Amino acid sequence: MEALRQRARELLAAGTVQAVLGYAAGSEPDRARPCFVRTAAEADGLIWNEHCRQNLATYLQKPEVRALGRLALVARRSTLRALLQLAAENQLADGRVVALFVADDGAVTELPTLAAIEELVARLPRGLSDADRQELDRIAALPLGERQAYWAGEFARCIKCYACRAACPLCYCARCITEANQPQWIPVSSDPLGNLEWNIARAMHLAGRCVDCGSCSDACPEGIRLDLLNHVLAEEARTQFGAEPGYSVRKDYALASFKPDDKQEYIR
Amino acid sequence: MTEQRILSRQNLGPLFERLAADGRRILAPVRHGDRVGFERVTRPDEVALDYVQTRTSAKSAVFPPYEPLLQFALQGKDVQVAEPAPDAAPTVLFGVHPCDAASFATLEAVFTWDTPDLPFESKRANLTIIGLSCTQGDAYCFCTSVGGGPGDPRGSDILLTPIGATHFLAEILTERGQAVARLAGELLEPHRGNGKDAALAQIPPRFDARQLGAKLPALFNHPAAWQEQALRCLGCGACAFVCPTCSCFDITDERDRYHGVRLRCWDSCGLALFTLHASGHNPRTKQSERWRQRVMHKFAYQPERLGVLGCVGCGRCSRACPVDMNLAQHAQQLAETAV
Repeated sequence: MEALRQRARELLAAGTVQAVLGYAAGSEPDRARPCFVRTAAEADGLIWNEHCRQNLATYLQKPEVRALGRLALVARRSTLRALLQLAAENQLADGRVVALFVADDGAVTELPTLAAIEELVARLPRGLSDADRQELDRIAALPLGERQAYWAGEFARCIKCYACRAACPLCYCARCITEANQPQWIPVSSDPLGNLEWNIARAMHLAGRCVDCGSCSDACPEGIRLDLLNHVLAEEARTQFGAEPGYSVRKDYALASFKPDDKQEYIR
Repeated sequence: MTEQRILSRQNLGPLFERLAADGRRILAPVRHGDRVGFERVTRPDEVALDYVQTRTSAKSAVFPPYEPLLQFALQGKDVQVAEPAPDAAPTVLFGVHPCDAASFATLEAVFTWDTPDLPFESKRANLTIIGLSCTQGDAYCFCTSVGGGPGDPRGSDILLTPIGATHFLAEILTERGQAVARLAGELLEPHRGNGKDAALAQIPPRFDARQLGAKLPALFNHPAAWQEQALRCLGCGACAFVCPTCSCFDITDERDRYHGVRLRCWDSCGLALFTLHASGHNPRTKQSERWRQRVMHKFAYQPERLGVLGCVGCGRCSRACPVDMNLAQHAQQLAETAV
């Protein structure tokens, strides 16, 4: 934690960045909150623990945050992947942010360029946590009807507050499809059809783009495991199209690119 | 008209049966893992009586997340309009905490201040509230900062307060409460003088909402009061949608060429779209202006215009917020900010 604070102080003191986006202590010991450190003295408030989960790359699209100037971003693996995916989608210019990657042992690696991020991400372990993998396998093993009932039960609790969208670093559309009404693609009601269409539309839009940060389900006030849904589609996009979002700034978006030799086995 | 009686926990079953026999459905807190929510129940063993707070509030009983206001159909050159009958079955809301019970006064103030809102009023008229005093709170509870308390009877028709592990003190507070008491009959036993306060949670006040409300207009343009707090706000609607008093809605027509339905759905001042004009102009361009609106509306505008606070201190917004925008903490900071 002290290494992180020290790096933040140095970056601010040298004028390399105007603000460090990190985490500060939250309301309760089991929470952390995003914070915006503007002076070296404020860096004392930075913390790092398992509760620092909201993907801070989400803030890069926010005008008030952009206005702060050049930024350093306290990052875990999924934050780095979000930065690369945003760059791949032309949403992030090289050098606009300095990533401060914090390893499990608290060591801080400063990554000033996208190339440096690519190099580090390539070396990090991949995959889900054991608990997430088990839960995903449990759901996947359910017979179709039960699996359908599971997700219907989850979506029944959705109140369409759009916290999932707001917390997602890759949900940056200036105008979300759920707000389009000419034509109205997604029913506005949080009824079974409206909730199904909203959550499926969002998951499909993230297929091959999601970087598995879990901020969507962390944000959901009803605790719907949207991260698992997204992960299923991520695996689908990977096996079918070789999509590996967040590992390179040069990746094509699987659902928006065409190759003559694309696999077509999914058409049945 | 308050009467005090004793209700044994064993008698909850027979009470539920009598309510059902009278044609009333029962909504009560039900636990699923770490999540508690209001659901329709038939038996007391389905009900979580030891919960601190549900994720979403009980306002859906009178103000559901989505609701059809009218249906229309094009027939030749005529438009046929039909108003659907509101779903206003006689309902008992059982086991809501005093903060939620108090929230109905705010909702009523909004929905009855001008043109009668029939979808709301029909449901409210058929709703009886059996509250449950709080014997435990958590760090997010702040009812005592906004004029409430863990044993506050306001809003409840009957308020139950646990006495030991086996009984409740039942305060019968209103005519609707009397009607339930008549159904309960001998299930409500004479009160033998047990104290109420001893069982209640301790929720220390953190600020004075009335004083804060009086001060807020002077803080409207304060350079530091809003922007720093709102920098981390993601601009979702979670706080408003879990809030028991937030009552803003959007009206949308959904239609094909010949048929349509006019819906009202929950909306939130935290969403950028909330104030977006058809012209493309948005009078609230920054998230800090949206967050300010939320605080001002609850603590200044509603008290001034409707005579009610827009906050009951349930703490749901702060528990639900993905980025820990703690309303009580910010209100406390504002209360301590020099004008």
